[in-house]
Amino acid sequence: MTINRWLHLAVLAAAIALPWALRAFGAEFYLSVASKILVFAIAATSLNLLLGYGGMVSLGHAAFVGLGAYASGVLLSEGVTSSGVHGLVTVAITGIAALAIGAISLRTRGVYFIMITLAFAQMLFYLANSIKGYGGDEGLTVRTRMLLPFGIDLRQPDSFYFVALAVLAAVLLLLSRFAASRFGRAVQALRDDELRAEALGLPTFACKLVVFVAAGVLAGIAGALSVNLQGYVSPNALHWTQSGTLLVMVILGGAGTLWGGVAGAAALLLLQELLAARTEHWEFWTGWVLLAVVLFARRGLAGLFARRST
Amino acid sequence: MTDVLFIEQALNGLQFGLMLFLLAAGLTIVFGVMDMINLAHGSLYMVGAFLAAWLTALSGSFWIGVAGAVLLTALFGMALEVTLLRTLYARDHLSQVLATFALILILNDGVKMVFGTDLPLSAPAALDGPVPLPLGLVYPAWRLLIIGVGLALALLLWVLVQKTRVGALVRAGASNREMSSAMGVDVARLFTLVFGLGAALCAVAGSLLGPLLAVQVGMGENILILAFVVIVIGGIGSIRGALIGSLLVGAVDTLGRTLLQHGLREALPPQWASAAGPALASIAVYVLMAGVLVWRPQGLFPVR
Repeated sequence: MTINRWLHLAVLAAAIALPWALRAFGAEFYLSVASKILVFAIAATSLNLLLGYGGMVSLGHAAFVGLGAYASGVLLSEGVTSSGVHGLVTVAITGIAALAIGAISLRTRGVYFIMITLAFAQMLFYLANSIKGYGGDEGLTVRTRMLLPFGIDLRQPDSFYFVALAVLAAVLLLLSRFAASRFGRAVQALRDDELRAEALGLPTFACKLVVFVAAGVLAGIAGALSVNLQGYVSPNALHWTQSGTLLVMVILGGAGTLWGGVAGAAALLLLQELLAARTEHWEFWTGWVLLAVVLFARRGLAGLFARRST
Repeated sequence: MTDVLFIEQALNGLQFGLMLFLLAAGLTIVFGVMDMINLAHGSLYMVGAFLAAWLTALSGSFWIGVAGAVLLTALFGMALEVTLLRTLYARDHLSQVLATFALILILNDGVKMVFGTDLPLSAPAALDGPVPLPLGLVYPAWRLLIIGVGLALALLLWVLVQKTRVGALVRAGASNREMSSAMGVDVARLFTLVFGLGAALCAVAGSLLGPLLAVQVGMGENILILAFVVIVIGGIGSIRGALIGSLLVGAVDTLGRTLLQHGLREALPPQWASAAGPALASIAVYVLMAGVLVWRPQGLFPVR
């Protein structure tokens, strides 16, 4: 085993031990923060797949998170609790939406791609605002949670934490397998030079579309988890500032690195948590920290720790 | 729907479109010439509106308030350009997004610290009422003034960009920055100036729209996205495109709101129509943009 793999296992072990550690220090409250970080880490990792590995800068990724959250939230408010149904519906809806949006958006590139993904996200944002039957602009509150096999109850903070951790671990494993696979290398090649990749005979449009759909579905799963964590989803989950926050997480953590999304989500949310406890103007200070990162840590947090020789 | 209502809504659309143009004009030059995504452009609009409200309360005169706000916002914009944004031109779009997103956070909370979450701002009393127009139309004087100012500034900008030396330099920069810099244009200084002008236009829009909409923290975020929609429709870097795009978006947004609502009321039960109308109108703007991009991926008036 390489040093890298040992490091990954150590992080996983620490994450598994976290609930007990928090309890030992009498800080159980922070378990819900940790769960929130895990959910955002899944969402940010899905954007990292799109942005860091596929080179597609989307400013509308929150649309898929919100879509997944609404899919699960609407099912819960209709009394459907089977996790199998939740999984299927979330994957189907976000997958179809990502396929349609991707097929149109990927015809444009660069700045125009940023803007057209934003446009689709805004459409869904206003749609969510208008659906009065499911909360409209006030958002949708659900009292139940989906039922998992083996009687796992998501209302138990520990249970939710471990479920989210398992999903995140699976996503990261998939991402590392993807990056090393033939398909993954093709995608990274077209990120670096699309013209050359096309000249080599790669079906660039199809490759990008597959990545776009996969990223959308993963984001949808994160959304479904978030509604089961908070019992609430509002149109704000789809707002462009939310997409911006996800982008910030990925860039902050380091786009195109395996842990980029996780590191960025953890860093940004912990920073907010830390600042919000001390000052009501936490956004102000968060902004300064982000600026400092742009100016002084050009490759994100992961870049700070990466060995420079590579 | 009566013709009078239609004309009134068309005027509202024109008024909103012209204000969008004031924001989009600065944004499209920044974007076109320096290839810089500035998400904080909407924050300048907010800063301008807050300064206008504060100075109006301080001086007792709306016009002194507006003049002061325009001047201060222009200075603020130039200071921002020299200290921070200048270092971002050479960076990739992602860094620009991250940095200007950070600026939004800083400016939103900064304004909140200095002025509070919102400030009252109302139009001068003399312009508060309606005025009669031909065809038996009655229209608010304030909105009429906004249309007048918007048209005058659009004309001024056109003259500036098409007929003056500075305008020629800006256009040269938009179509090929390296070449114009190689020809001896001091792009850096030119650009600080352009940025100040863009900030001043933001302040005009903010202080004129302030009495109609609310002067509050976060007011910049939604209009910023509309301004981006405008410049993408018009073609990045094109002032003419920004004007056409603004008028299109203003018309679709305003007319969509009333016409759709009206049409839906005939077709749907009232509680559905009142919910779906505004949403569909907001969506219509983005459908317009997606349609334009699919039809002409570089916008209506591509510069390059």
